Amino acid sequence: MHLDSFLAQAFIYLCAAVISVPIAKRLGLGSVLGYLLAGVLIGPFVLKFVGREGGDVMHFAEFGVVMMLFVIGLELKPRLLWRLRGPILGMGGVQVAATALLIGAAAMALGLPWKQGLALGMILAMSSTAIVLQSLAEKGQMKSEAGRASFAVLLFQDIAVIPILAILPLLAVGGAPVAIDPHHGAAADVVPGWHQALLTVGAVALIVGGGRFLIGPLFRFVASTKLREIFTATALLLVIGIALLMQSVGLSPALGTFLAGVVLAESEFRHELESDIEPFKGLLLGIFFIAVGAGVDFSLIASQPLIMIQAVAGLLGLKMLVLFIVARFSRMPGTDTSLFTLALAQGGEFCFVLLSMADAGHILPTSITKPTVAVVALSMAMTPLMLLLHEKVLLPWLLKTQQQRPMDEIPDEENAVLIAGYGRFGHIVGRLLRAYGIGATVLDMDSDQVDFLRRMGLKLFYGDASRPDLLESAGAARAKLIVIAIDDEAKALQIIDTVQHHYPHLAILARASGRLHAYEMVKRGIEHIYRETLGSSLDMAAQTLRTLGYPAHEALRATRLFKELDERSLRSMADVWYEHKLGAAYVNAARDQIEEMEKLFSADMKGLSKPDGGWDTDSLRRENERPGS
Amino acid sequence: MKRILLVHAHPAIRRSRINKALLAAAQGVEGVTVHDLYEEYPDFHIQVAREQELLRQHDGVVFQHPFYWYSTPAILKQWADLVLQHGFAYGENGRELEGKFWIQAISTGGMAEAYCAVGYNRFSIRQLLAPLEQTASLCRMQFLPPFVVHGTFQLTEAELQQHADHYRHVLTHLCSDAFEPGKVLAHDSLNLAVPLPQTRS
Repeated sequence: MHLDSFLAQAFIYLCAAVISVPIAKRLGLGSVLGYLLAGVLIGPFVLKFVGREGGDVMHFAEFGVVMMLFVIGLELKPRLLWRLRGPILGMGGVQVAATALLIGAAAMALGLPWKQGLALGMILAMSSTAIVLQSLAEKGQMKSEAGRASFAVLLFQDIAVIPILAILPLLAVGGAPVAIDPHHGAAADVVPGWHQALLTVGAVALIVGGGRFLIGPLFRFVASTKLREIFTATALLLVIGIALLMQSVGLSPALGTFLAGVVLAESEFRHELESDIEPFKGLLLGIFFIAVGAGVDFSLIASQPLIMIQAVAGLLGLKMLVLFIVARFSRMPGTDTSLFTLALAQGGEFCFVLLSMADAGHILPTSITKPTVAVVALSMAMTPLMLLLHEKVLLPWLLKTQQQRPMDEIPDEENAVLIAGYGRFGHIVGRLLRAYGIGATVLDMDSDQVDFLRRMGLKLFYGDASRPDLLESAGAARAKLIVIAIDDEAKALQIIDTVQHHYPHLAILARASGRLHAYEMVKRGIEHIYRETLGSSLDMAAQTLRTLGYPAHEALRATRLFKELDERSLRSMADVWYEHKLGAAYVNAARDQIEEMEKLFSADMKGLSKPDGGWDTDSLRRENERPGS
Repeated sequence: MKRILLVHAHPAIRRSRINKALLAAAQGVEGVTVHDLYEEYPDFHIQVAREQELLRQHDGVVFQHPFYWYSTPAILKQWADLVLQHGFAYGENGRELEGKFWIQAISTGGMAEAYCAVGYNRFSIRQLLAPLEQTASLCRMQFLPPFVVHGTFQLTEAELQQHADHYRHVLTHLCSDAFEPGKVLAHDSLNLAVPLPQTRS
């Protein structure tokens, strides 16, 4: 490729990305969909800016996936990975095996020989690491149960590519061994099995050992030059080097860099490495998505639209079926199940690699691989749309209508205390009451938490405390007070409204997430409001003063005074907020409050209202200094 | 009618039979404002301005508490340290409490006989109360004889009730217009100065 044409290409890709991604994000479609649309736009079927070389670009951009797994590895400490071994092997294994068999069976039902069916099944069992992880991270779902499970399955798929690469040639028509696409795993059928195993173990050992003992000193040395670009170069060198090493022994480069990332997750350079690789990763992934978009063969789709639609729907449907069953068996909550099921339903970037290999090796005829590539690309393009659908339609619907679990029947309780919400806040209240021998009827909406605490011998009920019928059977009519300690802000206010309306005799003690939430409670006339982090922040402030050398008791009293004044200001500010929200009037009032508080604390205050003035001897000294007194 | 601020201080009121009974007896007496320090300020964060305002609004203070170590429970000392400020309660310009009366209502585990020169407590109650008496004096307040319940560990229910009735009677008398401080000054205690009318026996 000439420099001109390279620059022109780069210009087109970057231009497409810069224009379409921000628009897509603005419209709430997510960046992945933006990239894909950009690709379609500049592709051979719309603007024709890029043509056949799209495939090369995609190979190049696949390196973004390699980098992404490196970055993911960096965030995954070995101990955490070890803890994930169950889901990786269990969920991942079942997903790959079941999907391969199911799609294989479907292909056979459509008339394909079993070898081709199985090959197709294994290929299509793969999902798109790039799209899934990017989308989930963008939606902040990586730490959710669905996010973790998706990651586990994707990781297993990356590992599974290795045996699949080895098995595919055996499925060739006629069984003749064939050369494998040199881009991914050349050595699989050339060297004997034990040799291959040795190479694999050696490469992994090299990465783990090198990561442990060599990388640290190397990066320290490089960092000591204080040349930022050399550090970046070293980071890139590391990733590319590992990728090459893995390829040369026939392993997945993504897997290798992931491993290196995990090894380096505990190194002191973790954050620098992450921030150095991050932009490269992002850009390459973006280009990869654009290439996928550009590669969708619309002429093929247009020539037989019905079949293509059926194929895409069939692929997504079969994969979702397996994913749904896997999720159910691992007892994922309903909303996570739906996210997990939709997120992983597409074909992945490995499909392209494996399909081109299968084509070249006469494992599958071109008449199959060509439309399959289009189907996979379409299924990838569908993913952001499906996730959008999940977020905007399915999730609200699930949360609203589908009680994932029927509310518990509560035998008529006679406790004086009701506790709504028994998580990290409410359980402290409950434990103290228990220690005092005071019975409390506990309601919680977190079904796992309820089950867990029940196993620990506590008596609590799964249920929504904002429902009058549940409050009734929980004994609200005879109880004296209700502790509202749930973390859902809106729900907490709803419970307050319900209680005030149906059980006005109940004293309410409410947890507020912050100031604005507390204002809502002030407006509802709640006297006992507990802002959830106020206590600990004040403890911390007191210790801060002590560490600075202030006497302990003075520090403590300062925080008590602060709290008293702050509670007072909370009450008076609630009105201002309610009328003006966060407008200028509120800001001014808040500024006055802060000023008043600072004046009160400042040392040069005169007069009697000075806090703890009784311990002050200034005025006494002045009086006694006067002559004649 | 006079208004009395009853400042109560007991850190473990649920364990004290006598103070519970006395406090209950004081509730509802016309003119008496019951103000429970450990209940108001469990963390000892006393609101000085509020306390001073309460003092301004009343004609006299009754401090009701157990006689811990010949003195008051800790919070009452904290209260005095913070609330009786220079410039408010004492000093050249500190005249806000001038003329109000100061009364101690205390309970002791020891018997009355123990509080004398030959008893094991060696001093009389009045002698032991000297620091408080002087505090009142510096605040230009009138220190009146204390109301004292002795031998609290051995009280029968009937005796407990009698002391409570007596306390209520004393408080009612202190609030009434008939009360003249000068008439009780000569007595060792209010128990003797304002005896319970023997109507029931």
